Amino acid sequence: MSGVEASRARERARNGWLLSAPALILLSFAASGPLLIVAVYSFLTPGDYGNVVWDFSLDGWFRVFLERDIFDGTISAADAHLTIFWRSLKLSLMTTAITFALGLPTAWFIATRPPSQRALWLFLITIPFWTNLLIRTFAIMEVIRNEGILNNLLIWMGVIEQPIQIVFTETAVLTGMAYVYLPLMVLPLFAAIDRFDFKLIEAGYDLYASRLAVLRRVILPIIRPGIVAGSILVFVPSLGAYVTPRVLGGGKNMMIGNFIELQFGQGRNWPLGSALSMLLLLIVMVALLVYVRATTREGQNG
Amino acid sequence: MGVSEAPAVEARHAVRIYGAGETAVCALDDVSVAVRRGEFFTLLGPSGCGKTTLLRCIAGFEAPSAGAILLSGRDITADPPNKRPVNTVFQSYALFPHLSVAENIGFGLEMQGKSRRETSGKVEEMLALVQLAAFADRKPQQLSGGQQQRVALARALAPEPEVLLLDEPLSALDLKLRKEMQSELKRLQTETGITFVFVTHDQEEALTMSDRVGVMSAGRLLQVGAPREIYNHPVNRFVADFIGETNFLTARAEAGGFVLASGERVEAPDQVRGGEVTLAVRPEQVRVGAAGAGGLQAVVTETVYFGTDTHCHLRLADGTALVARLQSPPSGDVGLTPGAEVGVQFAPGAVQVLEA
Repeated sequence: MSGVEASRARERARNGWLLSAPALILLSFAASGPLLIVAVYSFLTPGDYGNVVWDFSLDGWFRVFLERDIFDGTISAADAHLTIFWRSLKLSLMTTAITFALGLPTAWFIATRPPSQRALWLFLITIPFWTNLLIRTFAIMEVIRNEGILNNLLIWMGVIEQPIQIVFTETAVLTGMAYVYLPLMVLPLFAAIDRFDFKLIEAGYDLYASRLAVLRRVILPIIRPGIVAGSILVFVPSLGAYVTPRVLGGGKNMMIGNFIELQFGQGRNWPLGSALSMLLLLIVMVALLVYVRATTREGQNG
Repeated sequence: MGVSEAPAVEARHAVRIYGAGETAVCALDDVSVAVRRGEFFTLLGPSGCGKTTLLRCIAGFEAPSAGAILLSGRDITADPPNKRPVNTVFQSYALFPHLSVAENIGFGLEMQGKSRRETSGKVEEMLALVQLAAFADRKPQQLSGGQQQRVALARALAPEPEVLLLDEPLSALDLKLRKEMQSELKRLQTETGITFVFVTHDQEEALTMSDRVGVMSAGRLLQVGAPREIYNHPVNRFVADFIGETNFLTARAEAGGFVLASGERVEAPDQVRGGEVTLAVRPEQVRVGAAGAGGLQAVVTETVYFGTDTHCHLRLADGTALVARLQSPPSGDVGLTPGAEVGVQFAPGAVQVLEA
């Protein structure tokens, strides 16, 4: 009997592997493979016209953090790189915060509509996805540029005399990113609020909780999975954003994505670009770990 | 002393209308009721009769369109739910899924600003009261339905409300558990001395647990009284029909009795009113005898065996259907076969006269 059962178990295990083979193959070739190439490239020497020379070198990683003066060879911290990293981190966190602040009421609004109307509202939320990101970014540009809709409107209303310089500032990048990534926050929040039992709000009020206490102690902890998912979905692509900072930020408000592109293009330093890419990946992973750890611990205690 | 004599909770001419214009629905139609302090009061009625609306108006989740809600004589109509010393046990329990059993029970106390020590002491006391001390650290979804029910009770009782509102709390439980919880509820009410306002559509639940019952239908409160009074002296046909099973007979009242459509007489010596009336007789008050032994002529149409009882379905001479509930004899056979001619009599004082 047990021999038959054991062979059945083996068969089940083999079938399991066979069934998951397509996913495993796809993962190893489409995800791990390119990642491995980037990791290897970061330890090679840059070629003269881009590409890499197959000589081991730590120069790519070295130049991520430090720079050597061309004239006297002194080593100092690569301030410019750190500024770009810091700006990327700051803008991504702010984007996450803004999309959350706007996304929570939006998702709440949709989840509290009658079921027949919800599909329409969700449809409206997803419409921007149908348009190319570049075109959407230029649309934002049209609104906020010096001769754009916003400035013209404000001048016409007499609120301001001179147009406000918004485009090519961090504010412009932030506006653009918040606009682009808002749906990614709204959808998981909606999913969480949709599952939320609204009786719990009444239970909270019934047990002497104020409106703020109901929000803080009942609603937010329960929809936390949606908040975590939305924040990750917004934060991660924000950190690597390329089009939005390029178009709305101009040359001087570069983010990591633009800086990496620069190394593979005009910079002709693929190892540095690869090292920066790996570092970006590392930052995202650390951020995710910290975030997930923090939220699960709070969930257990609180 | 005046305050303590005021009703624990009182609705005065409460009206609640949903919607407007032609689609408006009147969920509460001028309901006035006073619940005494320390009483187990049940609002009984079919679904949609307005009993839950009245409960929600007392809790503060809904505001009456007109009228007032008073708590110990104080008008609380305008107070939000978190300012009312009233707690609710919800039909779906509405336990906080992210909090442990102990945290659920302590939630109200914490929100009232009670100290950590006071809260944990009270939580322990409540856990012991509902016999869940071993489950303090579990999450609600790890408990059975009956246990969740007890947590919901403990959570609502912990802040020591003036009135505890219970919105069909037993309807999600299976029959055996429901019976257990009925006596558990009664015990908790006696031990804590808190006024309970209990909403149910189950007439048996209402009769067995309550000190007084209020029967509602279509937004109106039809009758308020002790279970015995409601059962034995229903004010109208709806109450008689809703509480227990009842036979109805249409008759014309005369001095000293009633005349049925068949011309047969039902004697009622103290009968004084005249005119068309409806008579109500409980099935257990119907006596079935031999055809010649007096009483109303009837034909047996069917007998249904229920274990302790046997229901005997009869048809009177005027075509009225009647049910008699007879105690099953040891043999299990009442000896009545369909088609048999019998005589039907009513136990003394069993005939209730309702407005036609």
